[in-house]
Amino acid sequence: MDAIQMDLLKKVAELDALPVGAYNIRANGKSAARNTTANIDIVTKQDKPGIDIIIKDGTVHESVHIPVVLSEAGLKESVYNDFFIGENCDVVIVAGCGIHNCGAGDSAHDGIHTFHVGKNSKVRYIEKHYGEGEGRGKRLMNPTTEVYLSEGASMEMETTQIKGIDDTLRKTKAVLEDHASLVIHEKVMTTGEQNAVSDFTADLNGEGSSCNLISRTVAKDNSTQHFISVLNGNNVCAGHSECDSIIMDHAKVLASPQLSASSIDASLIHEAAIGKIAGEQIIKLMTLGLSESEAEEQIVNGFLR
Amino acid sequence: MLELKNISYITEDGKDILKNIDLRIEDGFVAVTGPNGGGKSTLAKVIAGIYKPSEGQILYNGEDITGLSITERAKKGISFAFQQPVRFKGLKVKDLLNIATGNTRKFADCCDLLSEVGLCARDYMDRELDDSLSGGEMKRIEIATILARQTSFNVFDEPEAGIDLWSFQNLIRVFEKMHEKTQGTILIISHQEKILNIADKIIYIKDGAVEKYGPKEEVLPLLLGLPVSECRVLKEKIGG
Repeated sequence: MDAIQMDLLKKVAELDALPVGAYNIRANGKSAARNTTANIDIVTKQDKPGIDIIIKDGTVHESVHIPVVLSEAGLKESVYNDFFIGENCDVVIVAGCGIHNCGAGDSAHDGIHTFHVGKNSKVRYIEKHYGEGEGRGKRLMNPTTEVYLSEGASMEMETTQIKGIDDTLRKTKAVLEDHASLVIHEKVMTTGEQNAVSDFTADLNGEGSSCNLISRTVAKDNSTQHFISVLNGNNVCAGHSECDSIIMDHAKVLASPQLSASSIDASLIHEAAIGKIAGEQIIKLMTLGLSESEAEEQIVNGFLR
Repeated sequence: MLELKNISYITEDGKDILKNIDLRIEDGFVAVTGPNGGGKSTLAKVIAGIYKPSEGQILYNGEDITGLSITERAKKGISFAFQQPVRFKGLKVKDLLNIATGNTRKFADCCDLLSEVGLCARDYMDRELDDSLSGGEMKRIEIATILARQTSFNVFDEPEAGIDLWSFQNLIRVFEKMHEKTQGTILIISHQEKILNIADKIIYIKDGAVEKYGPKEEVLPLLLGLPVSECRVLKEKIGG
C-alpha cells in the first residue's frame, strides 16, 4: 500500500500498522492483506465481490478489521461482506471506508454488510467513512447494513461520517428476536453541497427486544440531510429513536420519524430536534476567550464526538 | 480597575434598563445588590461585553474597552459566570475546564479546581454538560471555569442561587481564596446578606441607577433599614 492508502487506513480504522487478530484490508478493489485466526475465518466470495467472515461459537475478546481504501480516481465498486457470528461470542468488528479522489471521475464504494448474530452473542461494530482529495470527481458511499439478532444477542453500532463524502445513502435494517438488543450511535456531518440520507428500519419481533437509535448530525453550508427512522414494535418491546441536528448556514435538514406498533405491549418513543447552535453557548465559550468561530468549532466537535 | 462612565442601556423595544451609570470599581470584593429587574445582570453583561451599551464608556485599567468584543475582553482578564450556566450536548466538564485554562494547565490542576467547588473530579471530569447534571452541579462547574482562568476581574451573577445543598461557607471560602490569589476584583451580584457581609464595598442598584455605593459598613446598615450604631447584632455580624 502507498502513503495515501496508509493515511486513509489511519483515518477510517485508526491503524498505523497491521492490526492484531483477524483482518482483511481492501485497497483499490483488491485484497491487500488478510489474516485469520483459529476462531475467525475470512473467505473470499466466489459469486460476487466481497468476503464471508465466519466466527466460531464462543469466540470472545477477539476483533476483526475490514477497512477499505480507494485512492484510484473513478473506481466504483459494490462489495458484499457477510458476517456469520456464532453463539455466545463477544467480538469487536471495525469496518470503514476511506476515499481519496483527486481525479475527474466519481469514486464510489457501496458496502453491503449483513450480520447474522447467534444466540447470546455480543457484537460491537465500528464504522467510519471519510473522503478527501481535490479532484472534481465526487466521493460517494452507499452503505447498507442488515442485522439479524438471534435470541439474547446484542449489538452496538457506532457509525461516523464526518468529512468529505459528497453523497451518501445509508440504509440500515435490523430484525430482533426475543431479548435481543440493538444500540446505534450515528454521527454525520455534511458540508458544501453534500447530501446524506440515513434510512433506518428495525423490526422488534421478539419478546423483550429493544432498540435505541441515537443520531447526531451537523449540516453546514448548502448541504442537505434526511433522516428516516422506522421502528416496528411487534411484541413486548422497547424502541427509542432520537435524532438531534445542528443546522448552519443554508443547509436543509429533514427528519421523518415513524413508529408503528402491532402489540399493545410495545413501547416506542421518538425524539427529534433540529436547531442552530444556541447563541448563549457561543457567548459562554467567548467569555472563556475563544473567538466566535473557535467556539462554534468546539460546540460542533463536542456534539459529534 | 474598571470605570463605567455614563453607561446607559436601552432595549430594542425602548426600555431604559440602565440609566447614566457612573462607577469606579477598584480591586477587592464588591457586591452588587438591589431589587429584581433593577438592572444588575444587565450591568454585568455590559461589563463582559455581552450587551453593548447604548451610551457611555467603559475603561479597564485605563484602557477604553467599550468597543471590544466578548473574546477580547476575556483575553484582557475579564471573566463572567452566568446566572444560568449554559448546557452543551457532547462537551464534557474537562473540555470546558481545558478551554477555560487555554489548555495550559495539567489534568491534576483541573481536578483541584473541581475539588475547590466541592465536586469529586473522578466522578465529574468525563460527565457531559447536558441535562444529566443538576442546576447546582452546573453552577459549581461554572464557578470552577472562572477559577481556572485566574483572571483579575471576575463577575459572578448570583453564584449562590441553586447551590443550597453545598455549604454556603464553602462558597464564601472559594471567593476569599480567589481574592487572595488573584489580587484583583471580584464583583458578585447577590441578594444574600452573608455574601454582602464579606464584601469590601456594596453597590445598590434600583431602577437602572446606582442608588448607593460605598464601603459595606456604610451601605449594609442602610439596606437593612437600621443605623449601624443602633443594632448590636448587626454590628457584631459586620465586626465578626
